[in-house]
Amino acid sequence: MSIHRPKELSLFDAAILGQAARDAVVKLDPRQLIKNPVMFATGLVAVLSTALTIRDAGSEHFAVMVQISAWLWFTVLFANFAEAIAEGRGKAQAAALRGTKSSAVAKKVASVEARDFQTLPAEKLKAGDLVVCEAGDVIPGDGDVVAGIATVDESAITGESAPVIRESGGDRSAVTGGTRVVSDRIVVQITTNPGESFLDRMIALVEGAKRQKTPNEIALTILLVGMSLIFLIVVATLPGWASYSGTAIPMVFLIALFVTLIPTTIGGLLSAIGIAGMDRLVKFNVISKSGRSVEAAGDIDVLLLDKTGTITLGARQAAEFLPLSNVNERDLAEAAYLSSLADDTPEGKSIIALAKSRFGLTEPKNGAMTFIPFSAHTRMSGVDFEGTEIRKGASDSITAYVAEKAGRTPGGIPKELVLAVERVAKVGGTPLVVAKGDRLLGVIHLKDIIKPGIRERFATLRAMGIKTVMITGDNPLTAAAIAAEAGVDDFLAEATPEKKLELIRDYQKGGRLVAMCGDGSNDAPALAQADVGVAMNTGTQAAREAGNMVDLDSDPTKLIEIVMIGKQLLMSRGSLTTFSIANDVAKYFAIIPALFLASYPQLQALNVMNLASPQSAILSAIIFNALIIIALIPLALKGVKYRPASAETLLRRNLLVYGVGGLAVPFIGIKVIDVLVATLGLA
Amino acid sequence: MDAAGILQILIYLAVITALTPLLGGYMAKVYEGQARFLGPVERGLYKMCGVDTAREQHWTGYALSLLAFNLAGWALLFGLQRLQGMLPLNPAEMAAVPPDLAFNTAISFMTNTNWQSYGGESTLSYLTQMVGLTVQNFVSAATGMAVLVALIRGFARANARTVGNFYVDLVRTTLYILLPLSFVAALFLVWQGMPQNFEPYTTATTLEGANQVIAQGPVASQVAIKQLGSNGGGFFNVNSSHPFENPTPLSNIVEMTFLLMLAAALTNTFGRMVKDQRQGWAIFAAMGLMLVIGLGVATWAETHANPAMVAAGMDYAMGNMEGKEVRFGIANSAIWATATTAASNGSVNSMHDSFMPLGGLVPMVNMLLGEVIFGGVGAGLYGMLIFVIVAVFIAGLMVGRTPEYLGKKIEAKEVKLAMLALLVFPISVLGLGAASLLGAPGAIQDSGPHGLSEVLYAFASATGNNGSAFAGWTGNTLLNNSLMGAALLLGRFVVIIPALAIAGAVVAKKVVPPSAGTFPTHGWLFVVLLVGVIAVVGGLTFFPVLALGPIVEHLMLGAGTLF
Repeated sequence: MSIHRPKELSLFDAAILGQAARDAVVKLDPRQLIKNPVMFATGLVAVLSTALTIRDAGSEHFAVMVQISAWLWFTVLFANFAEAIAEGRGKAQAAALRGTKSSAVAKKVASVEARDFQTLPAEKLKAGDLVVCEAGDVIPGDGDVVAGIATVDESAITGESAPVIRESGGDRSAVTGGTRVVSDRIVVQITTNPGESFLDRMIALVEGAKRQKTPNEIALTILLVGMSLIFLIVVATLPGWASYSGTAIPMVFLIALFVTLIPTTIGGLLSAIGIAGMDRLVKFNVISKSGRSVEAAGDIDVLLLDKTGTITLGARQAAEFLPLSNVNERDLAEAAYLSSLADDTPEGKSIIALAKSRFGLTEPKNGAMTFIPFSAHTRMSGVDFEGTEIRKGASDSITAYVAEKAGRTPGGIPKELVLAVERVAKVGGTPLVVAKGDRLLGVIHLKDIIKPGIRERFATLRAMGIKTVMITGDNPLTAAAIAAEAGVDDFLAEATPEKKLELIRDYQKGGRLVAMCGDGSNDAPALAQADVGVAMNTGTQAAREAGNMVDLDSDPTKLIEIVMIGKQLLMSRGSLTTFSIANDVAKYFAIIPALFLASYPQLQALNVMNLASPQSAILSAIIFNALIIIALIPLALKGVKYRPASAETLLRRNLLVYGVGGLAVPFIGIKVIDVLVATLGLA
Repeated sequence: MDAAGILQILIYLAVITALTPLLGGYMAKVYEGQARFLGPVERGLYKMCGVDTAREQHWTGYALSLLAFNLAGWALLFGLQRLQGMLPLNPAEMAAVPPDLAFNTAISFMTNTNWQSYGGESTLSYLTQMVGLTVQNFVSAATGMAVLVALIRGFARANARTVGNFYVDLVRTTLYILLPLSFVAALFLVWQGMPQNFEPYTTATTLEGANQVIAQGPVASQVAIKQLGSNGGGFFNVNSSHPFENPTPLSNIVEMTFLLMLAAALTNTFGRMVKDQRQGWAIFAAMGLMLVIGLGVATWAETHANPAMVAAGMDYAMGNMEGKEVRFGIANSAIWATATTAASNGSVNSMHDSFMPLGGLVPMVNMLLGEVIFGGVGAGLYGMLIFVIVAVFIAGLMVGRTPEYLGKKIEAKEVKLAMLALLVFPISVLGLGAASLLGAPGAIQDSGPHGLSEVLYAFASATGNNGSAFAGWTGNTLLNNSLMGAALLLGRFVVIIPALAIAGAVVAKKVVPPSAGTFPTHGWLFVVLLVGVIAVVGGLTFFPVLALGPIVEHLMLGAGTLF
């Protein structure tokens, strides 16, 4: 399956930047600003500082005061700008998805049988409404097909150009708003109210103003507010303590100290990080219904993966012919070859290919051939060739068939056949039994082909502490063999929806977080039960409602990427928080000596950066504090680099980069700015 | 410093480390109800007080019981002080303690601080010392340990509702841990020459022919628990530098061991109760690392004599001996000062006020970091666990998972409660300290940075429930008694309540089993991280005032300015 990705946006797209610059100013609105307490506090002191500057016009510190006030405003604007860029990028992604949606017109009908319809704009549709869609129509909203069958072009959201079939009943009934009917006619029951479709929800997730904070974001905000309160106390009590030595500290300098100490860096970038996380998900063509589930994805301990299509290639390949003792291998191959001539499935083709390569068989030139297609009822297929009936299928159905032909009562399966079947199953293959007339010939070994590279991916997941469990309908013997070959940690054989649900509950009872993907209606309970349930876009509406994410490409292996995006989101927050707090050390060394130098000249010893003057030291610290937000926007948008590794390795690396780096960087940065400030004579 | 000094420090650390698993294991047994040798007494007590041992409490019930019990203890101690003139066991005929002093002293002993605005031998009757102070020495220590055990249960249990029964924890701590240890310790101290009697004060004639009143009384029984229970309130005014309160070099090292012994061992109790001793050792290592750094700085600072004295041509080979007992010398004074402030104990064997600026900085920083370097019995570890929550939350995110500690997810509620507890120190030390500085400048003895250090030390000591002081600052005024009383209560209960609330929050959570993706909290990386977070949070909060106090004093001392 091809993974379609919208056009990669360059990090600084000119149109987005322009819009973001305007939005940054709009976001100064206190009602919006208050959602971010750290920035709200910064805004408040910027107002205070500006007022003080106006009051003290012409005083000795006036020039520095003007600059400090200006940089305080820049700090808030830069933070708004970061959020606006992330939002702009998110909106651009979402707009590409939304595309045709707004222009759609719905043809509402009163009942499934009704021929007359009433046209109305798609936005007016409510859940439960029935609409009819004919060839050429755009489907006006998410829903379920309740009557008819049609081919639908879903390229607008999946990027897959081949139209897909959607029909009532079964697992292919769900349709997405914005897709186009190519042929035939269907009646769709709308399942979402206006503004609640997947796309609407996704768009809300990338718009800062409407975005709900995720649980971890709330916790982090509390931490940041707590830190800010501590620094508020530090700064507010400082004049009292300083008065003992007769030091008077200008209010603006105290304000500067406060703003440099509170975690403005992470405070300013927090919502940008969150939006960018959602944005990365959209880029992978996954739509999440909430930010919460993206975060939860980072915590996943257990991944349930369907075998077919995820771990193995969808199709199995014939690997060998296993004739019974009184049968020639060539006879078996010939029968298998003939029975597969009309079989268009990949399995059938692979049997032909194997027979050709082993015995150089060719298609018979003459002879009447009647092909018997596979049916779920008989569970076998075959050919009637020159009066001989050749059949292939599951061992029990073929033996029953042979017994019937021979006029025996269907009984046990011959021992030899059982052994051959078991031999195939033990190595993870699927046995296909072949019979000619009333005679059993042998077994074709169909082999599951493990996807290339999947073993390595599982090893990576294991290193990350994530357990992989393969879900398969195969018998335990086959499942165990494939599980071993693919390198999954565990498997669930002969899986039924009930068994799946039970497995998830068991893991959750043990305290683990489980992710799974599914498509059928019978997956819905399990999807709802899982902590992260990814529904395939090709699946039923029930499945899509039950999961917390929808994968537009219907690619189950994407669970792995989703987990990584979740982890990256949390890591980016943690790393920037660490960086932000570590920064404060250098700021103290810049500002504290500057504040008290007049009373205690000896404190010059703490001026380790050897900054030019107290004024330039304070100004440099506040400039650094504002500029670092701009400098870190790319990191916030792209996310901290995530390499799958154990927690210990990740922690050591990130502590070194963002902790130790956070200590060191501002010493250099403030010094450089101070040199510039002094050279330009700004303070 | 000489080799003997270094050897003494090493022996001291080795003894503490060796005792940790032994005592820790024993205490874990006590809290899991496996110690039963005083069964009849224990059951008798429960029967008498109507405690149903089978009924465990939700954290709110636990907290209410604790508050009620402490309030009752406070009222009893207050009453005893006011009425001591009419009560027996008062051979020195002490009058009633003035109300504001009695108020302050009752709070101070209830909160395990033992800040003393009075001299014991000149203010209190034997009855007040024994039934009032010594009893609070036991139960305030037991209160701290009970809170810790409740918090440990929060982490150890899963999907539960209750965190234990306060009264059971209190009784078990006292009966099986504090009483037996104190009993043996007191006998040992008596053997070393400490008085334990009800005699009136002896009047002796000195060599110069002057009369000297020699105070005595039931000293050993109070000193034992004073050291063991991180109380610190001396029988005598000069505490453990008094020959009757610390008679011999052997009593000195044993009393120093008592300072840290239980607090250190509780880390192991924690490890055992959460079924992973490595977790306890990691916290022990973090505490130990900070202790060793403090010891190093203090000892180094004190072995260097005051440069002004060197300039005056005085003998400085011994280092800075001002305010130190000649019997103990530099190493033992520095170890004691570091350990007593690390442990939230507050007993002293030298005068911290006379330390060199950097030497005095160490006790101050030990307290300002939140009294978590071993800290008070119970209190140190629950304070540390609050820091662990913050450290795990910040750093845990960096491994790409919702932060978790011991399998419990750290979410908004835990962060909120931890931040609430962390706000206590800045509010109380910086806020109330500044109020005292501005409101009562007359209480300060010295000018300049040293005077500022005196106030800072006092409020750090009160908030950390330590009880030691930079002598020179007068605490016994109406404003200062009130502000200090507020600091004592804030530092005790505004940490205890969030700690219990955290216990209540995490006890209900399920346990996420560890995997390779779990943030490991038992290795060196975690130890360094935890120390880093404590140092950064404490450092960022107090660096400005420390710069105005000991740091600038040190810099000015180098330039020849004294205070």
